[in-house]
Amino acid sequence: MALDATTATAGPAMAPARPGLTLQRFARRRSTIAFLMALPLITVIAGLVAWPAGYAIYLSTLNRRMTSFIGLGNFEILLDSETFLMVIWQSCFFAITAVVLKALLGFWLAHQLHHIPTKGQRIWRGLLLLPWVVPPALSTLGWWWMFDPSYSSLNWILNAIGAPSVPWLGEPWWARISVIIVNVWAGTPFFMIMYLAALKSVPDQLYEAAAIDGATGWQGLRYVTLPMMRNIISITVLFSLIVTFANYDIVRVLTNGGPRDLTHVFASYAFQVGVLAGNIPRGAAVSLFMFPLLAIVAFFVLRGVNQRSKEMA
Amino acid sequence: MAENGVTRRGVMRSGAGVVAAGTLAAPMVHAQGTGGTIRVAFWDHWVPGGNDALKQLSAKWGEQNRVNVQLDFINTTGNQLQLTAAAQAQSRQGHDAISLTPWDVGAYADQLEPVDDVIQRLVAKYGPINPIAEYLGKHGGKWRGVPATSGTQAKPACVRLDLLEQHAGIDVRAMWPAENKRGPNADQWTWDTFLKAAEACHKAGVPFGLPMGQFSDAVDWIGALFLSYGAQITDDKGNPTIRGNANLRQAVDYAVRLSKFLPGDVWAWDDASNNRALISGRSALVFNPPSAWAVAKRDAPQVAEKCWTVPMPAGPAGRFLAYLPYTTGIWAFGRNKNAAKQLLEFLGQRDSAELTTNTSGGYDIPPFASMADFKIWETQNPPTGTIFNYPLKDHHQAKYAVAYSPAPPELASQMYIQALNTKVIARVAQGGESLDSALGWLEREINNMRRG
Repeated sequence: MALDATTATAGPAMAPARPGLTLQRFARRRSTIAFLMALPLITVIAGLVAWPAGYAIYLSTLNRRMTSFIGLGNFEILLDSETFLMVIWQSCFFAITAVVLKALLGFWLAHQLHHIPTKGQRIWRGLLLLPWVVPPALSTLGWWWMFDPSYSSLNWILNAIGAPSVPWLGEPWWARISVIIVNVWAGTPFFMIMYLAALKSVPDQLYEAAAIDGATGWQGLRYVTLPMMRNIISITVLFSLIVTFANYDIVRVLTNGGPRDLTHVFASYAFQVGVLAGNIPRGAAVSLFMFPLLAIVAFFVLRGVNQRSKEMA
Repeated sequence: MAENGVTRRGVMRSGAGVVAAGTLAAPMVHAQGTGGTIRVAFWDHWVPGGNDALKQLSAKWGEQNRVNVQLDFINTTGNQLQLTAAAQAQSRQGHDAISLTPWDVGAYADQLEPVDDVIQRLVAKYGPINPIAEYLGKHGGKWRGVPATSGTQAKPACVRLDLLEQHAGIDVRAMWPAENKRGPNADQWTWDTFLKAAEACHKAGVPFGLPMGQFSDAVDWIGALFLSYGAQITDDKGNPTIRGNANLRQAVDYAVRLSKFLPGDVWAWDDASNNRALISGRSALVFNPPSAWAVAKRDAPQVAEKCWTVPMPAGPAGRFLAYLPYTTGIWAFGRNKNAAKQLLEFLGQRDSAELTTNTSGGYDIPPFASMADFKIWETQNPPTGTIFNYPLKDHHQAKYAVAYSPAPPELASQMYIQALNTKVIARVAQGGESLDSALGWLEREINNMRRG
């Protein structure tokens, strides 16, 4: 068989190549079939991801009226803005804090679930997945009612037990914490379900061997569970980091970036600058700002995953 | 490829147009006519049934002119209307005419059909259009849209008569009766009086419900406050006028002092928070169109019957009333521009404007001063005459104001959306910055916005 994965076909081995047969052979190549089968997905990705991303990059190089090319001018202007520098800091704080909390909570929940007997596990799994399943704009609205500046139900409960009201959305740090709480609440089930799947795939024999060697529970976690879950942890954290950096709805519904822009993240600020204030090129620049950094992070994380996969194979 | 008639740009235009036009597909087809079809996107009114006037009027005009009129009502919740306008402007496809929020006329000026002929005929009949509607609707010496009645609002003070009299000793109904004249103490309705009343009501546990966040209600009333102190943060070219601006310092200082007598969470209030504060009976005063009172009438009649609308207080530079007009623009790429012009001219007639205002319960304000005498503002109740002073009238001796005027619209829209005026106050009052530091930040932000 040829190295290009051409499939063996019945028929005279040395028959002269005729046009019809060449086309037939081409259509029966594995790579051709694979390409054709992947074509719908490639089309979707090209149309809904690659083209918009390319167009956004193009837009970010235009002036406000979109009449002339200014290169990286929009990025330069943004870096001169105190508000945008604050947005960078806040986006990083928001994304990193939320992802770390989601990962820790998700890991803990996955462990708890893993140790529940299979029969009762299903209902807990379903219940714990609910925050992730509910549309975020809707669930955030529920949280907003709980955090409402004047009529917060959480404050009502706090007051009922004699505690003072908390300015959930009115004071900068509380507002940041509120945004992170909602993101963690909505995103933890994703980590939990991924980690649970990973935990289930760890062979019991490894734990048995570790136990025979006298490993404690902590050592089992440190030297068996975590190494076996390393790939899934890397991919989950990377995926969540990208999604959390791009988060829009929670900030938009809860705080609209306030007070004093102190809860804006890239997406909410990009929408405000680009669509609401009519400066589409600068809005595009805001939304693209983290793209190079996240692309580099993604490259290294995925390379590590590939290397580990090869080693394990 | 181009000869085949299917180009990348064509496909994208069609796609974006379909998405934009399909946001709220509620087509109504009137009259099987020969005058073609026009599609118009109007703002979806807050007031229940508030769209009925436009439906009736468009149907009537369509029948008279044998034109099929298709209307879509698109709301501003989640900025749907602004997104639709942005998508249509990008794809150069969509409705023939569309309601535009105040600053969008300037943003899309070069894509909007001049309507000077329509304006000239309307002005000849009804007198001048108010200067703010002109500032927002006229660009490069040409009118780029027809100032609309539907959706256009002012934000005077909606006062709890009983609470202000009880705690601050001010009878606002005597000051501003439901007549075309000022009451005996109307001249004393100043920001200084207002500050004392705010302090008294704060002490009494019914603080004024004035938002200080980043939503339009907050930006609008602070904009009017600044202008009443003669405080402009840029000139008409967009150059910052912050350094050495004593009026601006005075206005910010006043707002910081006032903020101490407001609820502690006003920095996070949205456009509904002040309504809730009034309706719940926890606030003695808000700046709002009559929608807050109208909801109170339905949900808390005991509150509504004690509400009275009065102009905003006056400052050293005069009395200004926060004003937020809608404008209907006709896209230059529209297919039936002449019919759209005729429809908008018809909607601008006094009878049409009065029906629109009546249907909205008095919420909508026409752009002509000569139309500030509609009967509905006298008769709405309880108490009768409660919104008599809602639209600006001659005896108010006031002017309509929009925040950040006279800045060029493309700069003003950015400052408005980013709520620079409330943020500069918040930096001092909430963030603890010095006034100089906050004003320095303001100047740098404006200079940054002007670049590119």
